[in-house]
Amino acid sequence: MMATSYNAKDEDGRVTVCGPGGGPLLRGKKPENTALKQQRLAAWQPVLTAGTALPALFAVGLLFIPVGVGLFVTSNNIRELEIDYTGADASSPCFSCSQSFSWNSTRPCTCTVPFYLEQPYESNVYVYYGLSNFYQNHRRYVKSRDDGQLNGNEKSLTEPSKECEPYAYRDNEPIAPCGAIANSMFNDTLELFYNDPNGTKIQIPLNATGIAWWTDKHVKFGNPGGNDQNLSAAFQGTTRPVNWRRPVYELDSDRGNNGFVNEDFIVWMRTAALPTFRKLYRIIGKKDNVVPTLPRGNYTLEVVYNYPVRSFEGRKRVILSTISWMGGKNPFLGVAYIAVGAVCFFLGVVLLAMHHKCGNRNGDGDISN
Amino acid sequence: MATTNSLRVDSRTIYVGHRSSSTNEAFIPPKFCDNRIVSSKYTVWNFLPKNLFEQFRRIANFYFLIIFLVQVIVDTPTSPVTSGLPLFFVITVTAIKQGYEDWLRHKADNEVNKYPVTVLEQGRRIRKESEKIKVGDVVEVEEDVTFPCDLILLQSSRDDDTCFVTTASLDGESNHKTHYTVPDTEKDLETLNATIECEQPQPDLYKFVGRMHIYKNDQEPAVRSLGPENLLLKGATLKNTQRICGVAIYTGMETKMALNYQGKSQKRSAVEKSINAFLLVYLCILVSKALVCTTLKYVWQGKPGQDEPWYNEKTQREKDTNLYLKMFTDFLSFMVLFNFIIPVSMYVTVEMQKFLGSFFITWDKDFFDPEIKEGALVNTSDLNEELGQVEYVFTDKTGTLTQNNMEFIECCIDGFQYKYRDASSDLDGFCVTDGPLNKVQEKAGREELFLRALCLCHTVQVKESSEQGQGQRDQVDGFGLDGEVLPPLREQRGFIASSPDEVALVKGAMRFGFTFLGLESKNMKILTRNNDIEMYELLHVLNFDPVRRRMSVIVRSKSGDTLLFCKGADSSIFPRVRQEEVERIRMHVERNATTDDYLLVVTLGAMCFAVQEEDYAQADAGLMEARLALQDREQKLMAVYNQVETGMSLIGATAVEDRLQEEAAETMEALQGAGIKVWVLTGDKMETAKSTCYACRLFQRNTELLELTVRTLEDGGRRREERLHELLLEYHKKAVQDAPPVKSGVTRTWSSANQDYGFIIDGATLSMVLNSSSESNSSRYKNLFLQICQNCTSVLCCRMAPLQKAQIVKMVKNSKGSPITLSIGDGANDVSMILEAHVGIGIKGKEGRQAVRNSDYAIPKLKHLKKLLLAHGHLYYVRIAHLVQYFFYKNLCFILPQFLYQFFCGYSQQPLYDAAYLTMYNICFTSMPILAYSLLEQHICIEVLLDNAALYRDIAKNGMLRWRPFLYWTLLGVFHGLLFFFGVRFLFSNPALQDNGQVFGNWSYGTIVFTVLVFTVTLKLALDTRHWTWINHFVIWGSLLFYVFFSFFWGGIIWPFLKQQRLYFVFANMLSSVSAWLVIILLILLSLLPEILLVVFHKPRGPRQVELRHIHTFPLYFTHSFSPRFIYLFHFLTVLPLFSLWFWSSLMEPIFNIFIRGI
Repeated sequence: MMATSYNAKDEDGRVTVCGPGGGPLLRGKKPENTALKQQRLAAWQPVLTAGTALPALFAVGLLFIPVGVGLFVTSNNIRELEIDYTGADASSPCFSCSQSFSWNSTRPCTCTVPFYLEQPYESNVYVYYGLSNFYQNHRRYVKSRDDGQLNGNEKSLTEPSKECEPYAYRDNEPIAPCGAIANSMFNDTLELFYNDPNGTKIQIPLNATGIAWWTDKHVKFGNPGGNDQNLSAAFQGTTRPVNWRRPVYELDSDRGNNGFVNEDFIVWMRTAALPTFRKLYRIIGKKDNVVPTLPRGNYTLEVVYNYPVRSFEGRKRVILSTISWMGGKNPFLGVAYIAVGAVCFFLGVVLLAMHHKCGNRNGDGDISN
Repeated sequence: MATTNSLRVDSRTIYVGHRSSSTNEAFIPPKFCDNRIVSSKYTVWNFLPKNLFEQFRRIANFYFLIIFLVQVIVDTPTSPVTSGLPLFFVITVTAIKQGYEDWLRHKADNEVNKYPVTVLEQGRRIRKESEKIKVGDVVEVEEDVTFPCDLILLQSSRDDDTCFVTTASLDGESNHKTHYTVPDTEKDLETLNATIECEQPQPDLYKFVGRMHIYKNDQEPAVRSLGPENLLLKGATLKNTQRICGVAIYTGMETKMALNYQGKSQKRSAVEKSINAFLLVYLCILVSKALVCTTLKYVWQGKPGQDEPWYNEKTQREKDTNLYLKMFTDFLSFMVLFNFIIPVSMYVTVEMQKFLGSFFITWDKDFFDPEIKEGALVNTSDLNEELGQVEYVFTDKTGTLTQNNMEFIECCIDGFQYKYRDASSDLDGFCVTDGPLNKVQEKAGREELFLRALCLCHTVQVKESSEQGQGQRDQVDGFGLDGEVLPPLREQRGFIASSPDEVALVKGAMRFGFTFLGLESKNMKILTRNNDIEMYELLHVLNFDPVRRRMSVIVRSKSGDTLLFCKGADSSIFPRVRQEEVERIRMHVERNATTDDYLLVVTLGAMCFAVQEEDYAQADAGLMEARLALQDREQKLMAVYNQVETGMSLIGATAVEDRLQEEAAETMEALQGAGIKVWVLTGDKMETAKSTCYACRLFQRNTELLELTVRTLEDGGRRREERLHELLLEYHKKAVQDAPPVKSGVTRTWSSANQDYGFIIDGATLSMVLNSSSESNSSRYKNLFLQICQNCTSVLCCRMAPLQKAQIVKMVKNSKGSPITLSIGDGANDVSMILEAHVGIGIKGKEGRQAVRNSDYAIPKLKHLKKLLLAHGHLYYVRIAHLVQYFFYKNLCFILPQFLYQFFCGYSQQPLYDAAYLTMYNICFTSMPILAYSLLEQHICIEVLLDNAALYRDIAKNGMLRWRPFLYWTLLGVFHGLLFFFGVRFLFSNPALQDNGQVFGNWSYGTIVFTVLVFTVTLKLALDTRHWTWINHFVIWGSLLFYVFFSFFWGGIIWPFLKQQRLYFVFANMLSSVSAWLVIILLILLSLLPEILLVVFHKPRGPRQVELRHIHTFPLYFTHSFSPRFIYLFHFLTVLPLFSLWFWSSLMEPIFNIFIRGI
């Protein structure tokens, strides 16, 4: 009865709706009793306590240490040899080549670097070339390419992207492949000889295929007009990059490995992450199960020295390496796993002890919670 | 007439009914604005430009616009799309939200503008839409309808040429005010020929000056002066008057209401202020990062061969550019590269969280009140989290702490106490509970006089229910025959009055047999106990006003006696009656006011005084004169009232009970338990307010009360000022100096351990404190007063005017530490304090909707405040604080690797991540989990929050957004960023990571870092989530899955629109590498290891948390509940894995190699 007396008052509110501020007025409608609207959705309420965290620590420790040991052993079983052939020191065999370098010289400078393999390389051997202080990840460099052109797009071939500047045109002719990356393609030739104890020098066959990503070679890169075309015709109207000795269609005699789909070229075009990097150069296939791929002994590396690095304090090196399931030699993962595992385990022990002590002192042994 | 027509700038001339004043003059209708109210900001046409302009005025949006423009103009590492897309997203979402709100405003405007009104035109009544009213129109308004514009009252349906209005929606005063017609206007409005000259529109509601010229058949025009009493304001409502006619003088946006309307000032929450502070820090980080990189870049380039090696020549344009310009553009480029550190999407997410989160309040069925069939109402969603930060609650008493549901329970006649019993059979419900029984006859006469007084002395109106109006009247007439049927009918009788206690009194009288039947042509009809109908001629009503605190009626009975009945607050009545009668009743009144049952004596001594005929004539003359006075009418009336209401004799007092709101005491106790200080601000008198406080357990039995009222000031017998000074110092010593020092900041001591103090002050003393005679004293008193109050658990301020309430709120709000205040009230007199406080809560009570409309949140009952603060507020705060911290964290560890990468790429601004990742990181990959978290998280479930009010203290003083937690999150971000970058960096010391010997490039590097990043920040959130609903599962695992699928998809196709196919098959190749898998797992685990360790170290501290341990969580409270020892250990353990990693890799590696080779 009392409530009805004041109806008029309520009306006040309704009639004088004036101006903003009045939100939607849900009058006379009881809110729905659903779990979402009442914030009562069924919920899993995990409680991370010492009781659950401690076993996790131990588990991590127990799991990581063996994995780390495995990684470490694997990494250590990988044979790896690095040969620096920059020619920075006067004593090094390539010193003269590095000193007398000029872009215009027509006669290639060659040098011979001898080295000794202490252990035989049993499985496939991967030959990398490595460069230091070479900023392939410089922004101006990274973007200086035209992926349309590299994919075989005819229009991009004759009109290279602006990104390729200043390596887009030479004498008003479009450059193919354009851009700084392509222009600075690594062009040293490396050959490997085994010095047989009986005095003969056996050239080791180097396989130039299988060094680039499959998808790069078959999808991302493509020659204009398809790979089966006559490449010199396809590249008609374009010119070679400034620093190249040969046009792009003369990179390899093998048709499937020529032009834009040349694997050396594709490998180079995948810009490295850090200024010190290595790139896969050749693969030495395993012959059979009896003879190691590279037996122990003396070898000679013959370098056609075309690639100048001294001007920017760079270094060049050749790396011979075997490969495991985890890739090349890198002790980091193994060490890291062992370290993290050990730390976890150690912490687990410390915490267990501390908790035990604290729990006893406070009189609430709550580790089991 | 020429003089008046030459329009002066400061006045306007209105032709009533658009009738020209004189026939010989050309009628030029003056131009005035139409009666349309426009509160909307936009129209369809200007929405886009205006909204965009408004949005880009916000500093954050402007910043992103600048970044976008820099990207468009300068050659920057990332494409404009990366920042343009998120900006577009933000702008669009905000525009949609604002557009929707404006549409609502348009709707509200239309409701007002299209409201049908009746306009008299050439003698016809025409229905029009409200917006079509023009100045000069004669408008007819019916009862209970709001005036559509400012009107000059010309005609009223009441005989006395008055009308009653309530201006509750304008100034909050809900009492009925009397307005007068312009004297001597013709009754026939059609022939009225008049002009009104009045001032130009101005916002002051109480000022109006005008003149009316009335032309009668070529006579000299009569001039009448017009004042505020003739002006009916738009927004006010006609009451107790069937209909009035008035002429429109101000319309539309020129009405006083529109001129007074200011949009509610934007209230900003403390969280928002924290966000801005953090933003500034991050801006500094951003700028310093860019500066460092720019500097290092030029240092590095200074070395020979590095700036432009042969393989990487600059373009001609780059070579030509001025060095300083280049430096500047480099700086801008770095800014662009790192700009993601300032999370643009945070603003969207915060807004979405607030908007969506506020629905939980309206949806909450616990806030639904079956009585009024309404739930809670959210007027602004900007303050959700502020509900979790409240330190002071200012509450109204009547209607908020109490139900404002008045019931007559007791009266006292001649010193005899009568209690009403429900069983009405017993002597008509009247029974004598004390006093001698022998003088029955004499008593009966007094009793009847008392009851007649109850029936007559009021302004209550009878409301006949329309469907049975006539029938009921018949039955009332035939009452004597059928006495048994009547009681239920009586119960249906509705009374309307401006205050519920008047109704309670009339109803009380009805129970005792005296029924008020209504007012018929100035005759008050009452039905006596003997079923006789008595008629009294109502001569004068001396209206109630809050200053006099009493009202009177002068009636003439059948027998010709003129009687004055006066009722009012005991304090205002007692001085005006013969003193010998007072004592007996005073005893009862004071006893009632302080009983524990909380009987609220509502001020009412009803007294009567027989005025002699010649006295009446004098009074009548005085009243009439005052009422017609043109100047100072109010003061003159007041003087006459005071003169008339003297020398009365006291007949009795009544007690009206107002019950406490449901669970009021529990609510107050919970609030105090939550560390919130509750202040009661009431207009009521001290005794009743004090007993309310005791009943609500705001004052406990052991609470020592410090009283600073007029009474205590007069105790000493000295000057008030001196006494005030003395008392303030004394209380200050007691409450502040002697109290044990309370540790500031987050750790508050248990209040129960100390002596509790309660402070009581009244309005008069407060104004003495605030407006002390000398300036120096004033600020000093204010300080003392504040300090005392802050050390008291509860403060009671009684006898407060509405403005004083706001004053107090403002004072506390601006005091040291700027505490967060909340005001809660139900009436129009609380509006000022509701608007003043940080958070204003309206109760959907009985005193109209004014408080609700001006509040930020409205709830049906006081008891809902507990859940609103302790559960909703707490959760909202935790959610948004975590949201903010998490956003900054995830963007820091997103951008830090990019910054570190600059050291390895020749400071060339090479981005580490692909543009798609840069853009999508905040929009898609990591936005949904945190949004879901910030809507659904219940780190402590609601029941526990409600049961343990003390948990509210854990987040007090913006606990989760202070610099320490911020530092923790920032360090965490730095740690993660370092770990991600250097972990992958060490892996890439040999980039031959595939089992076929092929190598990874820079995009693989970035993708691995990014994968670790996305997984880590998502899992970090997963670790923090305490409440896993299916939605959380869905968005967390869904986001990760989406990332994986997106990466496959993005790298799986040669996109024709992309210039560079950077990510082609990068992700798939990454997954084919075991090393990449291993490093991702390792880094994620290592990043989360400190988190997990924290769990182990989290030891709830203090006795009160022991039982809550199982529900407490570590990351939120880690700064609160950690002892320094654990913090050091934690820091040590955090740094240890990273350090050991670095140490082992760099130092131990050669040793290991030697060792292995040795084998």
